[in-house]
Amino acid sequence: MTEKQTTLQPISRGSPEKYTERMALEEGAIKSSSRRSFLSGAATAAAAATVASTTGAIAAPLDVQPSSKSMGRTTVPNGYGLPSKFEADVTRNRSDIFVNKQNFSDWSMTPIQHQQGIITPNGLIFERHHAGIPDIDPDAHELVIHGMVKQAMKYSMSDLMRYPSVSKFHFMECSGNGLTDWLSVKSDTVQQTHGLLSCTQWTGVPVSWLLDEVGLDSGAKWLLFEGADGSAHARSIPLDKAMDDALLVFASGGEMLRPENGYPLRAFMPGWEGNTSVKWLRRIKVSDQPWHLRSETARYTDPMPDGKWRQFSMEMECKSVITNPSGGMQMQGPGMYEIQGFAWSGLGKINSVDITLDGGKTWRTADLEDPVMDRCLTRFRYRWNWDGSPAKIASRAVDSTGYVQPTVAELADKRAIVGFVQHHNGIFPWAVSESGEVTNAIA
Amino acid sequence: MQLHKIALAGGLAVAVSIGGAFASSSKPAVSFGTPISEADVAAWDIDIQTPTGKGLPEGSGTAAQGKELYDVQCIACHGEDAGGGAQYGSMVGGVGSFVTEKRKLTPGSMYPYAPILFDYIKRAMPMTAPQSLSNDEVYALTAYIYALNDLIAEDTVLDAASLAAIEMPNKDGFIVDDRPDAAATRCLENCE
Repeated sequence: MTEKQTTLQPISRGSPEKYTERMALEEGAIKSSSRRSFLSGAATAAAAATVASTTGAIAAPLDVQPSSKSMGRTTVPNGYGLPSKFEADVTRNRSDIFVNKQNFSDWSMTPIQHQQGIITPNGLIFERHHAGIPDIDPDAHELVIHGMVKQAMKYSMSDLMRYPSVSKFHFMECSGNGLTDWLSVKSDTVQQTHGLLSCTQWTGVPVSWLLDEVGLDSGAKWLLFEGADGSAHARSIPLDKAMDDALLVFASGGEMLRPENGYPLRAFMPGWEGNTSVKWLRRIKVSDQPWHLRSETARYTDPMPDGKWRQFSMEMECKSVITNPSGGMQMQGPGMYEIQGFAWSGLGKINSVDITLDGGKTWRTADLEDPVMDRCLTRFRYRWNWDGSPAKIASRAVDSTGYVQPTVAELADKRAIVGFVQHHNGIFPWAVSESGEVTNAIA
Repeated sequence: MQLHKIALAGGLAVAVSIGGAFASSSKPAVSFGTPISEADVAAWDIDIQTPTGKGLPEGSGTAAQGKELYDVQCIACHGEDAGGGAQYGSMVGGVGSFVTEKRKLTPGSMYPYAPILFDYIKRAMPMTAPQSLSNDEVYALTAYIYALNDLIAEDTVLDAASLAAIEMPNKDGFIVDDRPDAAATRCLENCE
């Protein structure tokens, strides 16, 4: 990671055991770098470099590397490829801040500071379970659609996979993303502040096709989506959403879903809070009204200053965050850095992203990297010549509806934000100190 | 997956005949589902429409019966008298707390409709053995929790009718999503 990520490196890198192992692995590099310093003085005049490096360094003569002088590992006859052992600390992590006393109803976060491009690898898509991860045999799994329908139907997985399918790129975000860091600094890294966020290509069958097939009774307005896990997690979904773009998903990122992400079948509600994309989906029931379950009254609702609760706030509003540099990283001295991050909106495409380097006094426009897709992570980039003085950096996104990502203060004008509060889409700043340390600057 | 491709082939032939504009997002004229009767869905049909209580099954229970069960099935995580335990916080009280910064969410303070508790216990509790309780047991546990919250008398027999009739303190406590609420502007110079 140190080699790959040349401008920035996280200050803390996993467990002491891993650190020791890493040091041993990097020993060769450290030795050659000391020799480089020793040689550089004498070699400078002789080097006669026609193109100077920004850093002024001059490379030492090369040794043939050990990998060129040995055979590599054999091809595994039947194996599933894993990341390099040197990437072992790029993992989903539980929150350091809001630690559940059990890990069945729990969550883990995507290391978005390490994500390149807009697609989250399947093994890093964030998790939220309400009663642990079931291991469901797809040959035994069934989906039922019933209630206010002309004919209730049951579908096996092979039934569902006989339909033509569609594949769509969309982000998925938990409504609780950012809930620990509204008003004061709690989390160190962007994984902790914003890692209940992932993005991939989802493949499945439009819900509307199957609703057409079963035939809706007149008066049908709401659908219950229910999981086959031990929590039987369920949400009421308006018919309009189901007919518009809801999917029955069996694959993500090119392969069947991972167990922790709903294998073999989940709902997917583009742009909506993650828990509406019910995992391990077993049942859709059609009705004329919402159910008002615990999961949509006592949970996943937003407190208002007058003591009331906003309900069915399912669209994830426009948001962005800088992932590089971000909390826990260390700048390597003044010079050019590419500020990178993600912007997304549950209501459309990203139109623009602005960057501030002075804590919000002035803003300048970042580049959006193609593709910029509807309700999908959009990568922004901005080249920053850091002069070495303290800075407070943040991003602000505008979506295709014209909605401007607000500050926390602007959200606090309308909502109660103290306590366990969801739907934090406020502008999120990082502080860069004179020594180059990057830290959470939410307050 | 091969079956899948065969299914597509039929559609493709049609597409070519209409000039290649194959609407791959349109609904195919097929039906691969198997009809099932509502009666045969019964074992899965556990949801309660909580505002009306529609779906509440036959059966009944009292707070006294509920306490007996609670002390075996629930106390390890939720604590004595539902006052909070090893895993989770209190399930009693909290009415009036939502205007403070220490909101206390309990079935008594938070649920707008009383059948929510029945639905939740039935679908998800106890966490180690969900969907293992009989309907009578779920009514009894519901009665126990609501009695602790002073929403019913100790001796109330809860059944479908009496449960749906409980008036909850937070019944008018919700507003429908009215976002966008925050009014941000895209200032570029001399902001704040």
